[in-house]
Amino acid sequence: MSNRLRHFRQTLTAAALAAALAAPLALTVPGVAAAQERGGTMNIIVQPEPPILVLGLNQQGPTQTVAGKIYQGLLTFGFDLKPQPELAESWEVSPDGKVYTFKLVKNAKWHDGKPFTAHDVVFSTSKLLMETHPRARATFSKCEKIEALDDYTVQFTLKEPFGPFLQAFEVSSAPMMPKHIYEGTDFKANPANATPIGTGPFKFKEWNKGSYIHLVRNDEYWKAGKPYLDDIYFRVIPDAASRAVAVEQGTVQQTQFNDIETFDVPRLKGLPNVEMTTKGYEFFAPLSWIEINTRNKPLDDKRFRQAMMHAIDRKFIRDKIWFGLGRPATGPVNSVTRFFEPNVRKYDFDPKKAEALLEEAGYKKGADGTRAKVRLLVMPYGETWTRLGEYVKQAMKRVGVDVTLETTDAAGWVNRVSNWDYDLSFNFVYQYGDPALGVTRTYVSDNIRKGVMFSNTMGYSNPEVDQLFAQAAQTNKDEERQQLYSAAQKILVEDVPVAWLLEMEFPTFVDKRFKNAVTTAIGVNESYDSVYMVKK
Amino acid sequence: MPRIALFISQRLVKAVFVILAIAVFNFFLVHAAPGDPAAVMAGEAGAADAKFVEQLRQQFGLDRPLYEQLGTYMSKVVQADLGYSYRQQRPVFDLLMDRLPVTLSLTLTAFVLALLGGVALGTLAAMRAGTWSDTAITVVGLTAYATPIFWIGLMLILLFSVNLGWLPAFGTESIGAGYTGWDAFLDRAKHLVLPVTTLGLFYMAVYTRLTRASILEVRDMDFVKTARAKGLPEWRIVSVHILRNAILPVITVAGFQAGHLIGGSILIETVFALPGIGRLAFEAVLQRDYQVLLGIFLLTSVVVVVFNLLTDLIYSLVDPRIEVAP
Repeated sequence: MSNRLRHFRQTLTAAALAAALAAPLALTVPGVAAAQERGGTMNIIVQPEPPILVLGLNQQGPTQTVAGKIYQGLLTFGFDLKPQPELAESWEVSPDGKVYTFKLVKNAKWHDGKPFTAHDVVFSTSKLLMETHPRARATFSKCEKIEALDDYTVQFTLKEPFGPFLQAFEVSSAPMMPKHIYEGTDFKANPANATPIGTGPFKFKEWNKGSYIHLVRNDEYWKAGKPYLDDIYFRVIPDAASRAVAVEQGTVQQTQFNDIETFDVPRLKGLPNVEMTTKGYEFFAPLSWIEINTRNKPLDDKRFRQAMMHAIDRKFIRDKIWFGLGRPATGPVNSVTRFFEPNVRKYDFDPKKAEALLEEAGYKKGADGTRAKVRLLVMPYGETWTRLGEYVKQAMKRVGVDVTLETTDAAGWVNRVSNWDYDLSFNFVYQYGDPALGVTRTYVSDNIRKGVMFSNTMGYSNPEVDQLFAQAAQTNKDEERQQLYSAAQKILVEDVPVAWLLEMEFPTFVDKRFKNAVTTAIGVNESYDSVYMVKK
Repeated sequence: MPRIALFISQRLVKAVFVILAIAVFNFFLVHAAPGDPAAVMAGEAGAADAKFVEQLRQQFGLDRPLYEQLGTYMSKVVQADLGYSYRQQRPVFDLLMDRLPVTLSLTLTAFVLALLGGVALGTLAAMRAGTWSDTAITVVGLTAYATPIFWIGLMLILLFSVNLGWLPAFGTESIGAGYTGWDAFLDRAKHLVLPVTTLGLFYMAVYTRLTRASILEVRDMDFVKTARAKGLPEWRIVSVHILRNAILPVITVAGFQAGHLIGGSILIETVFALPGIGRLAFEAVLQRDYQVLLGIFLLTSVVVVVFNLLTDLIYSLVDPRIEVAP
């Protein structure tokens, strides 16, 4: 922990130093374009292939990575999750936390040449995204009014303070969409969806479905001199083994998220031509868990769920199934995001404690040594989860619980989990930089909604937790929020509504010739306007 | 000739009913799978609310009763309209046409090479039955047939692409190289070598074994002895007398396989990252993209029916003893 923090601080210092040095250098010796040269083509894996590239209409992971180069948000976020300017050059929050005023950059243009103005922001946040984007809908429905004060000033007035409001302006959470193209149309059927128009540093050129997406440099980009790369190809390579070969051969220069299977990671890490980093996922900070249907026996008993926490060796899972990627989770909040509480009940790996808890709950061993039987619906998101399923079955067997593994595909999995037709399953969700955006939804009882995925599908309900989460969202005073979230985390860890497994880390492999790929908390989804290639 | 015309027209009329029945059956088949495209997209988005799923179902027309959806689908099918993929925001016909060239260049090349190579090797093996060359051909054929096709593909990639660096490992072209004319053709051909070899080896093994078995049956028959007694040269005995009589089972299997060429090969297209119809179908299954899936099923069934008809016609050409009967 402290080691990680120190490393973090060093990086920050280095980044600050580099920034301080780079600025005057660039000004004083304009003729010598020392490091950041123009030119170069980057090949990046995209997997699975996105259905469409219009970020306002589709927020699937791969869509974000590709469309993040085409579209932009008002803000982006540093590794510390502090907001940084993007399309908004500055912003102000009123002391009561209800009024947010953004000053926009004045020279940004859409790819078709029209200027980007405050009216686009108002249209995106109050019209388009309200219709098409579940997360944005949740945030912007808290606004009483959204108005353009002039062409380059936007003001959001909230009904009541909402702590993580700024986080909602990250590119995938609120991508800015062109009003002149979408206003008054059926957004999803707009023919312009085939040729996305954004403000970003790269323009859509061509999409050869099933093969590649080609983006080219936006010569009219509003940040002078940027971007450095000429073009980016996103390559669709559906087979995991072939993706690993593509990295080894240097056919592609970047992979992200789950592109590389965990068992291939140690091998690729040793390659001389690429570098691996796990930074750049802080904004998403995914947390994985065993999803528990608390309506079903014996899972309705808190002691049974606590026993599961003791029976499963999270360190083993991290080391042997995820090959060292991630950190054993201690509770509902990922430790790299805000308002994490370390002082909660600890569940060390201890099968004896697990058995004692099961005895106490009345689950005695039968003649065949079995205390209880449960089903586990394995998440169909790759081989790693299948292996996890096999491990959980073994680990639970050791404490006398018989687990039956069930398999399905993605559609079947969503269908069954969202309709509560399961005992145990796996899941992982993004936390979006703030508990109010990514954590609350899993545990509060007003989000128990049949048929809706990533809601409180466990059916866990605790009025005290509901109250704490509600209060914590309605203030923007960090100290107060920390207290409320700490209290909520302590209760949740005691109740075990899900059995947390890992704070997940994803490996990003980048060719060593390409610099600045991962510079913020949204990592590979950044605009890549400062990525450059070192030519030798 | 009118006999053949009558035969063909009667078969075509039957074919229309067969295809319509298949279309109805397919419709219920794809809807029998759990979950729907809205569920898949909600799962992919990583966040959802009730409105999100409801909107999608409405857009996809999934909020209508199933019989109504069937009616809409069938009325489009009879107008030769394959429908629209809301997920990909394109007409299904366009999606299929995009993928068809890649699939056909893969499967047709592999098929033709495998058929020629398989018949040649099978004949060679049968005529030298019991010698070392027969044993070698049989062993290689059996191995190619029994080894999982994706594994052969990966091993070929490892050998020719990773270790030797002779051939590209995947894709259909060198992306961004900007080749034109002859260079572009060569580049595409190079990209096809490994996938075609992998798929072709499998087909070839089938034809080799079939041809060998069939020739072994024919080569000792009386008319072959007669031909030999007449003093005909050996190549003529093999090609005209033996092969022509032994080829029927090969034609049956080839006709059957030709009908499936258009469906592509899911495994080959996946391992070699080829944007073909096999992958489109596989992804459509996972995404519950009903329209795309139904479109592929329909197209495939039409082609299978047509090739069955062609196979019957070829029989009568190869073996005049077989007559087409209406």
